[in-house]
Amino acid sequence: MRFNTTNITMLSLGGVIGVIGLALLFTFERLPVQSVQTNFRGTGAATVLNPRTQALLTAANQPPEAPEPADATGERAREIYENVPVLGHLSVEQFGRIMNVMTTWLYPGEGENLGCNGCHVPGNFAAEDMYQKHVARRMIQMTMALNSEWTAHTQNAGVTCWTCHRGNAVPLNVWSEMPVAQGANFLTRPGEQNRPAPLAGYASLPTDAMTSMLWGDNEIRVAGTNQHPRPESRTSIQQTEWTFSLMIHMSSSLGVNCSFCHNSRNWADWEQSPPQRLNAWYGIRMVRDINNTYIESLRDRFPPHRLGPLGDTLKTNCTTCHQGQNRPVNGALMIQDYPELLPAPGTALPPRLGPAADQRAEVAGPRAN
Amino acid sequence: MAEYQYLFTRMEVRGPLYKGIALDPSNEDRVTGSATFSHLLGKLGDAQLGPIYLGTAGVLSLLFGFIAIEIMGLNMLASVNWNPVLFIRNFFWLALEPPLPQHGLRLFMPLHEGGWWLMAGFFLTLSIFLWLYRTYRRADQLGLGSHTFWAFAAVVWLYLVLGFIRPIFMGSWSEAVPFGIFPHLDWTAAFSIRYGNLFYNPFHALSIVFLYGSVLLFAMHGATILAVGRFGGEREVEQTVDRGTAAERAALFWRWTMGFNATYESIHRWGWWFAVLVPITGGIGILVTGTLVDNWYLWAMDRGFVASYPTYGTLDPLLTPTLPPVTAPNTGAVR
Repeated sequence: MRFNTTNITMLSLGGVIGVIGLALLFTFERLPVQSVQTNFRGTGAATVLNPRTQALLTAANQPPEAPEPADATGERAREIYENVPVLGHLSVEQFGRIMNVMTTWLYPGEGENLGCNGCHVPGNFAAEDMYQKHVARRMIQMTMALNSEWTAHTQNAGVTCWTCHRGNAVPLNVWSEMPVAQGANFLTRPGEQNRPAPLAGYASLPTDAMTSMLWGDNEIRVAGTNQHPRPESRTSIQQTEWTFSLMIHMSSSLGVNCSFCHNSRNWADWEQSPPQRLNAWYGIRMVRDINNTYIESLRDRFPPHRLGPLGDTLKTNCTTCHQGQNRPVNGALMIQDYPELLPAPGTALPPRLGPAADQRAEVAGPRAN
Repeated sequence: MAEYQYLFTRMEVRGPLYKGIALDPSNEDRVTGSATFSHLLGKLGDAQLGPIYLGTAGVLSLLFGFIAIEIMGLNMLASVNWNPVLFIRNFFWLALEPPLPQHGLRLFMPLHEGGWWLMAGFFLTLSIFLWLYRTYRRADQLGLGSHTFWAFAAVVWLYLVLGFIRPIFMGSWSEAVPFGIFPHLDWTAAFSIRYGNLFYNPFHALSIVFLYGSVLLFAMHGATILAVGRFGGEREVEQTVDRGTAAERAALFWRWTMGFNATYESIHRWGWWFAVLVPITGGIGILVTGTLVDNWYLWAMDRGFVASYPTYGTLDPLLTPTLPPVTAPNTGAVR
């Protein structure tokens, strides 16, 4: 081959194309992938799994070994210990067991601020001086609620501290409201969208659908409910992008695609939706309840370094528990080994439905339960 | 036939620079501009570059287009706090967003809440219309038909529907498309989600038919002409009026293949109409979305062309007076 200008041009052109092609190649997931049909044939709905990444995910989400069950009979904890309003109904043995296991879930190890010292003043378990103790108490109440009021979402798996905490004092996947940077008044600001949004799968969608929809209870439903426009159906494209962002968050949190909960030809229609969507609907209401009733109510308890830049608490979203799996912790039945984290007998409240459903109940008349 | 005589030769035959055709004296300055040769351009088409004629319309068009791009670019740069590295890294995510919904169709609003978008849109539209005029004017001056003008106008129709006509019908600039790479794609997805799946919009379907049809026709035509090039078939214009062996062979090929052939003349009409109907039908589809039809899926259900699948019978929790039993298997039922 003679190296004239044509050949050199062609070679360099080929080189450029080759480099771009190679770069593109790395944006793809390495094979193999398996697809599991999840809806009727012809709908194209499938869950796509990669056994290689699935194995990593399974290894990273192993539930901890449960200690021997405790004897539920005998003296009550409240008869022996001071300041045990939440777990006082347990037997002394049960109380010791759950306290012990909580140290391994939240503050593993021994030393300053580790083990029992994570929440208790060393040497004085009854002291109420550490904010961590107040937080833990509220979180135990929350866990009991999630295992009784919110079984519509947690089902028979239930939750323990481990479901979120995984050995960390603060769960790894938490969020708080992010400040919108103030720029010159007349210029476009680093606003609430149009940059890679980690909470929305790095899409160019609103970066903080959490504040709007998992802390607040802004309307998620956006699709038109009638064939033809009506004056009341004026949902904007912008609102739709907020919902879109939340849905991408749910999808990436659970490691599933849209068709896990929806028939994509009509997102809104419930009849065609796999029943997982109902579970997810309760999940959204549950997360709102967690963030408002439990976590935000502790705002004054937390020291500043445990709050977000705008002074709100570090809150939960789907990732906090799910961490890439549609069933957290490999689908382990978390609560079955820990009866201590169920509400005291006779104190469980009826299932909660979330604010939107409650409003609807007022229109439709009282609910059966 | 010697290889250089074949128009599809791999050899780059270079003669003297040519100025085009003789025109009346008023066009003199349009053909006396400088011209040069480019070897690389010769790989793709004619190796001659120039003379370029911009004229008043062309210069103004580029100027207004530059202003529009500048407004978009500087706003994007401002949105990353003037950080050039972030500007490049996040470029595909950045956008100049249309006005906020609360501003409706107002013409004056805070610049960062949509004022810049209106301005960029105004200058971009001005630039596009000047370029549209230019395509008409240049073709007219050369004594050509106005086919290029109308084809470009078809695209301008879709552009106007998206950013101007439909927002006016909807009563809000916020319905328009943001300027930005991923943001405009997200807009497209959100648009379909909001209006109940554009898949069921028949004009959207027509637009896709013409789009894919254009691709198919272009491939068929390109293949045919390349294939009969060895018989002089690339001299399409001559073959139109005086069919030679190339045209006869090409026509027979398609009659053998599918019983019917386009002609050297009609294939270009096929191509032109398929191409211009893409944005024309697409524009209609966008225009009636949200103005006449709020949910295309429900609209299509009513007209009976939605495929029927068995349902799961999942109930809307907001519409059920008592709680439905919650059963969510790990993966859905497979049938």
